[in-house]
Amino acid sequence: MCGIVGIYLKNPALGPRLGELFEPMLVAMTGRGPDSAGFAVYGTVLEPGVLKLNLQCLHEGYAWQMLADALGKTFDAELTLTRNDNTATLILKADEPSLRAYLRDQHPDVSLLSAGRSIEIYKEIGLPQKIASQFSLTAMQGSHVIGHTRMATESTVTIEGSHPFSSGLDVCLVHNGSFSNHNRLREQLRREGIEFQTENDTEVAAGYLTWRLREGDDLKTALHHALDDLDGFYTLTIGTRDGFAVVRDPIGCKPAILAETDDYVAIASEYQALAHLPGIEGAKLWEPEPATVYTWSHQAA
Amino acid sequence: MNCFDLNQQSVRELNQALHNLAKATPETAAEKFEVLNARGAHALACGINSSVDVVIKDHVGYYCAGMHQCGNVTVEGNAGVGVAENMMSGVVRVQGNASQAAGATAHGGLLVVEGDAAARCGISLKGADIVVKGNVGHMSCFMAQAGTLVVCGDAGDNLGDSLYEAHIYVQGEVKSLGTACVEKPMRSEHLEALEVLLHRADSDANPLGFKRYGTDRSLYNFHIDNAQL
Repeated sequence: MCGIVGIYLKNPALGPRLGELFEPMLVAMTGRGPDSAGFAVYGTVLEPGVLKLNLQCLHEGYAWQMLADALGKTFDAELTLTRNDNTATLILKADEPSLRAYLRDQHPDVSLLSAGRSIEIYKEIGLPQKIASQFSLTAMQGSHVIGHTRMATESTVTIEGSHPFSSGLDVCLVHNGSFSNHNRLREQLRREGIEFQTENDTEVAAGYLTWRLREGDDLKTALHHALDDLDGFYTLTIGTRDGFAVVRDPIGCKPAILAETDDYVAIASEYQALAHLPGIEGAKLWEPEPATVYTWSHQAA
Repeated sequence: MNCFDLNQQSVRELNQALHNLAKATPETAAEKFEVLNARGAHALACGINSSVDVVIKDHVGYYCAGMHQCGNVTVEGNAGVGVAENMMSGVVRVQGNASQAAGATAHGGLLVVEGDAAARCGISLKGADIVVKGNVGHMSCFMAQAGTLVVCGDAGDNLGDSLYEAHIYVQGEVKSLGTACVEKPMRSEHLEALEVLLHRADSDANPLGFKRYGTDRSLYNFHIDNAQL
């Protein structure tokens, strides 16, 4: 099981309502994934050179300000800190690889959920409604958001095993299905210098995309390579700075339905997650074809 | 007319009301049901066993009209995975598109899809008739054993793969045939059977425009050349 949902606004006037439109989508997929959930929301794009980090720490009352001060000092940067429950968003000018290395070495109790100029990932264990409320999802604004409700099959129920998985700056991945060649692929990717934190199969797919994008593929090419190299049943949705992509395996076992109107494109594992969207009665509804890469972006629009 | 609004009542209440009709006398069983606000809910109108007429005025989720017998179910929208799965008799009509595995394992009755049906339409078909007015996806009629699939549009990859028996008629292009499925000559009895089926599905397609496919029966015995050594 597992549920995938995502909405990408073609009409920027809906931006203030992004969270409000999206929350019922996530909650509608509770039956497909009641053990954990997460989402990646994309809003204002910061100028080049500025980094936005989403960090999570499960220690009650973690001293985020001390971490922020330490970071500001080490990287000699102005920094803004916003807290949302156990997750903090930091914005600063810094070089991403050295920042990532610093956090790993100096602050191992903090996990880096996402990095980029727009993306913010939030995830937790528990029912989707609890998690949406915990992070005040309905109040969130932006241009697009993808989310996931998880029913763990390949690995244990942990925050590290829940989706979305970050796979590069402003890129993240959610997955419904299972990969059968993830152990072998993980070893190959480790030799390419990709790091893994868990035994989870989706993390391998995220690492695979990180590797392909690092090797110079654009997202579409990377996903075409993924169709050759990832063995298993999957529907994937990939969030990017300016849009999202959808791909299903060649057998097409895992469900997906797309809805498009003049105002938005939405994806869900089941139609019931889309039924509340405005104008759904007149939307173009279709199932994505197997082994076909679909992408939407503001640039192409 | 019984009107069920699924914003007010549960799927379980709907299905129970439909099941209660199976115990009714023939005079009272010929009822009409209208279902509102389905909003993609799963398992609607499953297990009907009376001559009831059910109209669902919305898109439906998975396994709508599963195990259907005798009555009529019309979906005025799209249907999710496995519509009319294991149908035994009666008629199920989808006015929009159907997701994968439409009519899976169905033993009898008629399933009509006015739009397209996705992959594995009529998988393991056991005797029902399926008429799809649009296209069907890959692996349709996979391992079918009896019954008929009529496709007025095109068929995807590996049509009729591992086919035991069953008749397949396609008017459009077939992307590829699966193992054990071959084109066969269209004789007069096939044209007649196809005409009857098209008529029952309210299709005005001309039987002469169709090609017939069926099994070469090669899977009944082990064949060493099928093994990729």
